[in-house]
Amino acid sequence: MTNYFTILNNQTIPILAIPVLNYDEFLELNTKLVQKKEFHCVNYYGFITDSRIKLICCIANDKEQNVYISSAEIEKNLRSVSSFTARHLSFHIFERELHENFEIDYRDHPWLKPVRYAFNRRIPQDKIENYPFYQIHSEELHEVGVGPIHAGIIEPGHFRFICNGEQILHLEIQLGYQHRGIEELFLSKKKLLQRTVLAESIAGDTVAGHTIAFVNVWESLCGFNAAEDLLFARTLALEMERIAVHTGDLSAICTDIAYQLGSSVFGRLRTPVINFLQEWCGNRLSKGLIRAGKNNFRFTRDLAQRLTGLLDAYEPDFMEMYNEMKTLPTVLARLEKTGVVTHQQAESIGVVGMAARASGIHRDIRSSHPWGLFTQINHESVIKNHGDVYSRTQIRKEEILQSIRYIRQSLQNIHQENKQIIELRRPEPDSFSISLVEGWRGEICHCAVTDNNGELLHYKIKDPSMHNWLALALSVRNNEISDFPICNKSFDLSYCGHDL
Amino acid sequence: MIQNTKILIHQGKQFIPDVTKAEVPGVFRGRPVITNAAVNVQALVDLCPVDAITANPVCIDLGKCIFCGECALTHPEKIKFTKDYKMATNYREGLLVKEGDEKSILLNGDMIRAEISEYFSGSLKLRQVSAGGDNSCELELNACGNVNFDMGRFGIEFVASPRHADGIVITGPINENMAEPLQICYDAVPDPKIIILAGTDAISGGIFADSPALNRGFLEKYIIDLYVPGNPIHPLTFINGVLELIKERKQGS
Repeated sequence: MTNYFTILNNQTIPILAIPVLNYDEFLELNTKLVQKKEFHCVNYYGFITDSRIKLICCIANDKEQNVYISSAEIEKNLRSVSSFTARHLSFHIFERELHENFEIDYRDHPWLKPVRYAFNRRIPQDKIENYPFYQIHSEELHEVGVGPIHAGIIEPGHFRFICNGEQILHLEIQLGYQHRGIEELFLSKKKLLQRTVLAESIAGDTVAGHTIAFVNVWESLCGFNAAEDLLFARTLALEMERIAVHTGDLSAICTDIAYQLGSSVFGRLRTPVINFLQEWCGNRLSKGLIRAGKNNFRFTRDLAQRLTGLLDAYEPDFMEMYNEMKTLPTVLARLEKTGVVTHQQAESIGVVGMAARASGIHRDIRSSHPWGLFTQINHESVIKNHGDVYSRTQIRKEEILQSIRYIRQSLQNIHQENKQIIELRRPEPDSFSISLVEGWRGEICHCAVTDNNGELLHYKIKDPSMHNWLALALSVRNNEISDFPICNKSFDLSYCGHDL
Repeated sequence: MIQNTKILIHQGKQFIPDVTKAEVPGVFRGRPVITNAAVNVQALVDLCPVDAITANPVCIDLGKCIFCGECALTHPEKIKFTKDYKMATNYREGLLVKEGDEKSILLNGDMIRAEISEYFSGSLKLRQVSAGGDNSCELELNACGNVNFDMGRFGIEFVASPRHADGIVITGPINENMAEPLQICYDAVPDPKIIILAGTDAISGGIFADSPALNRGFLEKYIIDLYVPGNPIHPLTFINGVLELIKERKQGS
């Protein structure tokens, strides 16, 4: 008998099919799996059931294209538990969350601090203003505190630097300021439309990514197979989002190194891309476009023609600007060898998405766990090896061009609208389902558990930022503090996706 | 250098010449109109994910509406979203669109404090505060300042410090964890100062309205100078709203 159950992306299984291990076995299994290169943790979380804490761990196998699901049940108030993190750092954030939500007391977790000060945390007396920052007492060193409100129009979070002169020795990032209880709302709001709107509001820069993850989970629970026209629309929205945000980020990177022309041109190139989304569905960030079981906004031949024209105009302007930027010594001097995350660091802390690929890790749901049209595209990830700001800049450029190729390819064959609307069934009772989507930032993972009536019992959202915030903190070490903004922008992590 | 100049010339003028008259492309869900057609009103009320629709008369509260458009899709004979993006106003009731209403949403000039046009017309510096939102309004507020919308040409800009600001722009449903930072930021802005709520989340809490993680107590203490609906706000909605708020007005007109 195996002590895990393997499932595919977007597959629903009876919750009873997941083996329930004793905690030591559970720990042994999962921490051993992730020692191998092709495995990494995509989600690890817990919820209360029958007054015990049920832990579910999802380890993706990139070679076999499946996910190993295992579980354990532990008593509340269990003291002195061995942590996964002591054996593999990539679990650190998940165990911090379990500690905060359920007061699981790990005896060997190196950094057992609050994650987001959730409203339903176990110790409500712990307040966000009293976060226990790491400190070094020294006459040579000083601290710089930034936030939660920052200089620009960005989300709130607190950054605490320990510096030696201009040089950063250590950065600690404190989050939770965007916490609005979204996972709980998934349970308390019963209408499908409400839940879809919630999925659209997980992260405004990843509307397509998160909403696709939600509808994929939901359709899987309801036993609904999306027709080609739906898959086409979703893939297109996802790749358009990738182009739009990557372009916007290139603009922001130029802003942070005071390269005005790049900032303006990339900024203006993003505008027609998001305006096209509005032309299609009425919203520049594609809110309203993705719905479980249906598509309210048909992708017409006329739109296809408009999109082709848009890409024809975008590409040469984009390349002209990018080629100019990469020849400027003043630009390269700021980007190269700045904010390095080594391959080894990235492996150990479990970085995902574009940031992982910039450090030489082949990790991309589009190729490892493809869904929809990606099963036909045969996607090959863009990989860079330096792990610096420049690698993350180059990846954006190449991924934009790749997405444009995919879109052009898919426009050759627009699927006829499937006019037959099939009512979604109720979700399967007592089931578990998982969905993985490679958003522009990295892998998004949604997991759902239903009760014996087919009602949602638990809903878990993981934004790629959960894995990657620590990568940003490590990347700035030994850099000048003036390079922090450019390092930060090169990751462009989500506060709201993390804080939930 | 030469290449830089070439790109500059090649890109030409990118700004929208007149932001008050620009037309948005494709389908846009702006100010809705509700006809007098007879429909199953209860079905309409039940459909709305955020309880923005009420009956007798049928009314949509744009301060609650998240512009998903579902009501217009299922009841096209009753509700239609127009491309009119001018939806900002300075009083909460101004956001209510009733059956048969065809008129534009305007600001109530009498309710605008005299010092606003006196001090801020021609130059308005704003400090933005995110409080528990989803970063979508932040993206659009950033877009207000890009080369396309170029809000800076009207002297309206976002600044780094509240001490340099004439007011704050709040986005997000205002959660417990940001309640204190928001208060500190507001207190740091010198008088006279304004408050703008940008986006449905800020105006009513939106889809998060009944979340126990919110703390909207801040809003009860102050007068709100501008409500900008949208999910997220459209840059043109924001810019037009602010321009209307700060434009010079003759006393008593």
